[in-house]
Amino acid sequence: MLQNKIQTDVCVVGAGHAGCEAALACARLGLDTVIFTVSVDSIALMPCNPNVGGTSKGHLVREIDALGGEMGKNIDKTFIQSKMLNKSKGPAVHSLRAQADKAEYSRQMRKVLENQEHLTIRQAEVCELITEPCEKSSLPDDSIATKRIIGVKTYTGAVYECKAVVLCTGTYLKARCLCGEAITYTGPNGLQAANHLSDSLRDLGIELRRFKTGTPARMDGRSIDYSKMEEQFGDERVIPFSFSTDPEDVQIDQVSCWLTYTNEKTHEIIRANLDRSPIYAGIIEGTGPRYCPSIEDKVVKFADKDRHQVFIEPEGLHTNEMYVGGMSSSLPEDVQIAMYRTVPGLENCKIVRNAYAIEYDCIDPKQLRPSLEFKDIRGLFSGGQFNGSSGYEEAAAQGLIAGVNAAMMILGKEAVILDRSQAYIGVLIDDLVTKENFEPYRMMTSRAEYRLLLRQDNADLRLREIGYRTGLVSKEVYEATLRKKELIDREVARLKNTVVGAAKENQEFLVSHGSAELKTGMSLAELMCRPELSYEILSEIDPDRELLSDDVIEQVEIEIKYEGYLARQLRQVEQFRKMEKKRIPADIDYNDVKSLRLEARQKLITYKPVSVGQASRISGVSPADISVLLVYLEKYNRQKNDDGKRSE
Amino acid sequence: MYSEKRETIAAIATAVSDAGIGIIRISGNDAIEIVDSVYRNARGEQTLKKYDSHTIHYGYIVEKDETVIDEVMISVMKAPKSYTMENTVEINCHGGMFIMRKILELVLQAGARTAEPGEFTKRAFLNGRIDLSEAEAVMDIIHAKNEFALKSSVSQLKGSVSDVIKEIRADIIHEVAFIEAALDDPEHFDLEAEGYDKMLLQKVKKVDKQIQNLIDSADDGKVLAEGIRTVIVGKPNVGKSSLLNILVGEERAIVTDIAGTTRDILEETVVIGGIMFRILDTAGIRSTRDAVEKIGVERAQKAVSEADLILYVVDSSVPFDENDRKVLEAIRGKRTIVLLNKSDLTSVISEETVHSFLADEDDLHISRMIKTSMKDKAGIQIFMDTVREMFFHGDISYHDEVYITNARHKEALEEAHNSLIQVEKSIEDQMPEDFYTIDMMSAYASLGKIIGEEVGEDLVNEIFGKFCMGK
Repeated sequence: MLQNKIQTDVCVVGAGHAGCEAALACARLGLDTVIFTVSVDSIALMPCNPNVGGTSKGHLVREIDALGGEMGKNIDKTFIQSKMLNKSKGPAVHSLRAQADKAEYSRQMRKVLENQEHLTIRQAEVCELITEPCEKSSLPDDSIATKRIIGVKTYTGAVYECKAVVLCTGTYLKARCLCGEAITYTGPNGLQAANHLSDSLRDLGIELRRFKTGTPARMDGRSIDYSKMEEQFGDERVIPFSFSTDPEDVQIDQVSCWLTYTNEKTHEIIRANLDRSPIYAGIIEGTGPRYCPSIEDKVVKFADKDRHQVFIEPEGLHTNEMYVGGMSSSLPEDVQIAMYRTVPGLENCKIVRNAYAIEYDCIDPKQLRPSLEFKDIRGLFSGGQFNGSSGYEEAAAQGLIAGVNAAMMILGKEAVILDRSQAYIGVLIDDLVTKENFEPYRMMTSRAEYRLLLRQDNADLRLREIGYRTGLVSKEVYEATLRKKELIDREVARLKNTVVGAAKENQEFLVSHGSAELKTGMSLAELMCRPELSYEILSEIDPDRELLSDDVIEQVEIEIKYEGYLARQLRQVEQFRKMEKKRIPADIDYNDVKSLRLEARQKLITYKPVSVGQASRISGVSPADISVLLVYLEKYNRQKNDDGKRSE
Repeated sequence: MYSEKRETIAAIATAVSDAGIGIIRISGNDAIEIVDSVYRNARGEQTLKKYDSHTIHYGYIVEKDETVIDEVMISVMKAPKSYTMENTVEINCHGGMFIMRKILELVLQAGARTAEPGEFTKRAFLNGRIDLSEAEAVMDIIHAKNEFALKSSVSQLKGSVSDVIKEIRADIIHEVAFIEAALDDPEHFDLEAEGYDKMLLQKVKKVDKQIQNLIDSADDGKVLAEGIRTVIVGKPNVGKSSLLNILVGEERAIVTDIAGTTRDILEETVVIGGIMFRILDTAGIRSTRDAVEKIGVERAQKAVSEADLILYVVDSSVPFDENDRKVLEAIRGKRTIVLLNKSDLTSVISEETVHSFLADEDDLHISRMIKTSMKDKAGIQIFMDTVREMFFHGDISYHDEVYITNARHKEALEEAHNSLIQVEKSIEDQMPEDFYTIDMMSAYASLGKIIGEEVGEDLVNEIFGKFCMGK
């Protein structure tokens, strides 16, 4: 038999939203990369909702873009409706959400992958990871790995020798789809499941668990009566996701979505058939997400609600299929049809694809370092739903970081780790690797304690520099961001230093805008803080101002209007960073730290935090344990210094 | 969440009494400035910053309006020549607990924060003052002091107070969850529709008022029961409640001639000779089938295990029995004063009888046996003198952690109050709703410190528990 052996730098397993970002990052950093998928036709597939973005997820897409990822650019090319959510709220919770043309999204991403230098697409099921034991001395100081990855094997017998592997298997591992009593052993959308890799992972000591999620039915658009629904339009002026997209390029004709509601009749049918739901019948063992409950969950848990929203959203421009948002279900087909047909506008609906629940293998991400590398296996990284998250955006964000760090490892550079004060991506990954997660993890703005600083509007100012240093953002782009920053700073300073006197025309101007007259001189910045005034309104009494672009003005307004709040969060961040900077050596033996409480000791041994800051966020580790740990680390360092001196 | 603040810390460094001198220690970069703002020299001038290191000065501690609180001696030790190797100031004041607490509060208001248990020692070590060989000891001190503080922190709280705090927290997190649910799912929940801001403002003001009431009552000891934890034990109907009533000076416990009347635990804070005692009157300890009384007995046993001092009341007019043996068993190893009560009746029990009932003399740390009659208040003065004496001999003492915990509780209430003021301001300034929740969560976290609860996933759980989210 001939041996089919291929050499490459990186293998990415899975070509969903995580896998695409991971593979593109590695290839763009000059590494030979192979991306594996069970079906080339399903690259960047959106098997559930037809949206990109949304609250807090829009932030993630912006951050991915600022770091040099692809998702933002791809949705800008393929969206069919776009909205900025929460526009009436503070800037920190403004969130972009776009309806995607699913097929087009997938096609465009495939095109990007196919044209990427150093990147090979391979349709094959990876069924085994190949590792070898590794010596402590061959590893960097902060590594505690006992094995190193050296390749993967496909089901058809090929061996790919490589330096790093990024697992982005999504919902495919040992996947099982449930539609009432009908159970199929497939991945999403009837695609082939990956049934072999799980065993290989277990053999390597990786702990797997089972999560589930679900999706609603798709309807034939011709069978829907839209006259009984509320039409929902996109924004008049569309704002692109990507900082690199010209805003003029996204002012397209948009399609509408539709809003309707369930009613008592719907709920009655569901209640009457609960015993046929695989979840309530106990057939499903996986844990589902609380934030996108099935319609049967909503009816059971919120029994007092007489109706629930249903969003009818197009799946694309070249299809009739409509997505029924809000009514995901694992009830049997006959119940589904009956239930959907009680909803106004869906009385005569025809189902194209059934709603179903899907169960899959994934990991408890506490096995990962903040770089998304497995603690125990050097060179093995992972991202996306495999890590116990949910959502396209969460997946893409992790895929990007996992890919970048696989590349950084091979290139011998320091890992890119964003902290909680730098990015939602930092919050996402820190939550995953530090906290106990019992359900697929979804991003939320309330999870970001410094959210006033982590806005979608300033993702470029926060992260371009990191993208540039990583090598995914070009010098020109980075320098443009620096220029923007300079313009903002200069304008803020000018507004603070320009004092407006109590001259007659100024008083008249203020009165005309319902604002109090001046008693003494006031800076333009101070005036801007009045709710009834804005940068634009003030142009009347500020004739000498430079002509600035909208994005610069936006930053100037936010910095001035919310200065007090922002300053407070910045002070908190300073405190936070001190603890993040205190590193915990990889070889620390917590059993030697006798004064730790037992629970804390066990948690620390399990999680092996990299910094005192991370340790402090592990549940069960008290402030007193942190004090003890600080004293121990001081002792450890002093001893090390003494040893060092002695050996000199 | 732990955050290392290089801030200035303060604590009462000595036990508290009316007679002695008390020391309040302040350590950190701003120690001198902070104390400077509350210290005046003999001529009423603000001079502390001018003093050299390792000098001691006479003067006064004053309130914001320059009202003199106490006459003090102040020592100044500049970094690095102090125990913590930081700027350190020690205020030697008159040891009354009210004065000391007042001074500590003034120092906290001036910008210090309460020291965590073992924090002076921790800083001394981290700053290199303590030798490497003592690292283990330092860690043990931090561990032990925190374990104690953890226990005392919650046990110091009166039940009703912790209920109020839980209620306030539930109110706060519910509103935060509503706002956050609306921000997360804006097509589902509409904040603007129903004048939510006005409703919220009222609610925040109501909650803030509750917190202010707690702060106000903290001063008169209603919130935070501190003092030497003293438990009155004895079999039923020997005069335990009568003793408490005499000490408190009013009829508080239900006193009847029917055995087993005090089914729950009554608790009073009593000042005897300038020393604060937190006295618990327990249900009589005896075998019982009555379910309610049984709970009382179990609680009594728990209280005994946490006590600093036991007052064992014996009815000297009736012989010892099985129930007395049970009591003796329960208080084994505890520092105890035995009150041979009902001395007005014919006595059948003497000191010798009690001793003969002890299997081993070391089982009980009996400091004194006193004959009393609650009916005539006989022997009460001797009893009071005895506890005073014991205190000054150091047989019983305050734990400094209790004081620190107490100050920390109040500090946390103040923090919560300040956060809610900020929320009110944000609402009045018509800031968007997402600004409110940040400070509301701070208030939630501050209140959690008092009852020993972290924030964790509370908000996410509340959002999903109360609001039907998601598509």
